[in-house]
Amino acid sequence: MKKVEAIIRKAQFEEVKDALHEADIDFITYWDVTGVGNEKSGSIFRAKVYETRFIQRRVISFVCRDQFVEPAIEAIIKSAKTGEMGDGKIFISEITDSVRIRNGERGPEALYIKE
Amino acid sequence: MKTMKYILSILALLFVSIVPAIAQGTASAAPVISAGNTAWIIMASGLVLLMTIPGLALFYGGLVRQKNVLNIFMKCFFAMAIITLQWVIFGYSITFGSSTGFLKPFIGGFDWAFLRNIKITDVSPYFVSQPHERIPHILFIIYQCMFAVITPALIIGAFAERIKFSGYVLFIVLWATFVYDPVAHWIWSSDGWLYKLGALDFAGGTVVHINAGIASLVVALMIGKRRHYRNSPLPPHNIPFVAIGTGLLWFGWIGFNAGSGLAADGLAASAFLVTHVAAATAALTWAVLDWVLNKKPTVVGIATGAVAGLATITQAAGFVGIGGAIVIGIAASVVCFYMVGFVKVRFGYDDTLDAFGVHGVGGIIGCLLTGVFASPAIQNYSGLLYGNFHQMWIQFLMFLVVTIYSLVVTYILFKIVDKLVGVRVTDKEEAMGLDFALHHETAYTSID
Repeated sequence: MKKVEAIIRKAQFEEVKDALHEADIDFITYWDVTGVGNEKSGSIFRAKVYETRFIQRRVISFVCRDQFVEPAIEAIIKSAKTGEMGDGKIFISEITDSVRIRNGERGPEALYIKE
Repeated sequence: MKTMKYILSILALLFVSIVPAIAQGTASAAPVISAGNTAWIIMASGLVLLMTIPGLALFYGGLVRQKNVLNIFMKCFFAMAIITLQWVIFGYSITFGSSTGFLKPFIGGFDWAFLRNIKITDVSPYFVSQPHERIPHILFIIYQCMFAVITPALIIGAFAERIKFSGYVLFIVLWATFVYDPVAHWIWSSDGWLYKLGALDFAGGTVVHINAGIASLVVALMIGKRRHYRNSPLPPHNIPFVAIGTGLLWFGWIGFNAGSGLAADGLAASAFLVTHVAAATAALTWAVLDWVLNKKPTVVGIATGAVAGLATITQAAGFVGIGGAIVIGIAASVVCFYMVGFVKVRFGYDDTLDAFGVHGVGGIIGCLLTGVFASPAIQNYSGLLYGNFHQMWIQFLMFLVVTIYSLVVTYILFKIVDKLVGVRVTDKEEAMGLDFALHHETAYTSID
């Protein structure tokens, strides 16, 4: 089992979601995050321009069996890429176990994404 | 002695107050400015202002996704600012002024451009129920200004979430000039050809709602669907906004309809009563339809129903009694529910916030039902129900003419705007959300 976590542009979310569904990832979790980086952009407030380093992005996350990981990464890259700076990153990590709370199922069987 | 003095002074006071009254009775009946009527219409103008900002802004703003809410607010504020200037510079003049020659029944002239030749002591040339006790001319101008502002603002609902800001601004100015002003001239100006035919539009069911509603359908079809539009509205981001906006619209509509008699009298009270009853009936009808057909009554549903009822009663407010108001309220919700829930889905056009399905369709029902329910007990007009078939025909003619005119001219104007500055934002801007892409602001931020 692997966990795939990707930070993407909010504007690409619909595309990424659809692409993942096509790659058999039927269920994802997402949340909005704010990063503080070096991508400066101007922000206007009452006729004065301020500089801000705050960047709003969306994180999507799902846990799946190993064989799904590569197609999923491909799908995310294809759908989230605009070619400009700030397209985001994908992180993959190992998951040691999972438990379904309702009936105590363990391991890959407890995942939402079935084989 | 002291008591005598009191009695004398009271008598003197009485005499002083009676004499002018007698003098007024014998003098020629030149119209005067009535303080009571003036006070109410000043108030009513403020109420109609409240309908656009923030009423309509909240109503529409709550229905869009959170990345587009500020754009809706900006459009409402911009309409308020720019149409007000258009109105005082030449809009009022070409709407309510008079011209000469064959154009007279179709459009006004430029005599009142920049409101010149109008003094603050002038009495309004327009009245409804009180020919003698009128309001100042400048008050009539500012009251009508609010109507001119909200009409193009209603169209915001049709192309929300995807129109270019420059295209929007150019479009509403052109639309106010070439569609709203002439149509208002036909129906409300004393020179208007539909007015002379006897067409009844008390507070703007045709001038405002059919006009803007048909334009909405045209622009929704021309600008095309939003990305990811799948025959269902993308979810409203803030339903309490929708509810507050509806409340403010309902409240403001009192000024819209009960102010349209241009006096504080029984007719105004009657207009208030039937407006409120129709809104309540329509809200209830929509909620029941939701409950029966979609299993649960919804807040967005009852709010939409209330607005449909208000839009539909607008035309009839000064002509129908309580029975007519209830039938109009039911008809408004049943037909608009069908249009929004089934016809729109069937044909798949993206009228984002149902400006056509609610305002256009509501206006059309109101226009025709005024011809049915106009009651001689309210004003001196009767409809089909009171044996006047002719009124029905005139209402139908008015609906037909305004629909065709609005359809054709909106199409031409939108094409021109598309050629000049473009109407649709880029796909990337639409995905980012218009708030950030067009205004560089976001409504909600996670930065504390």
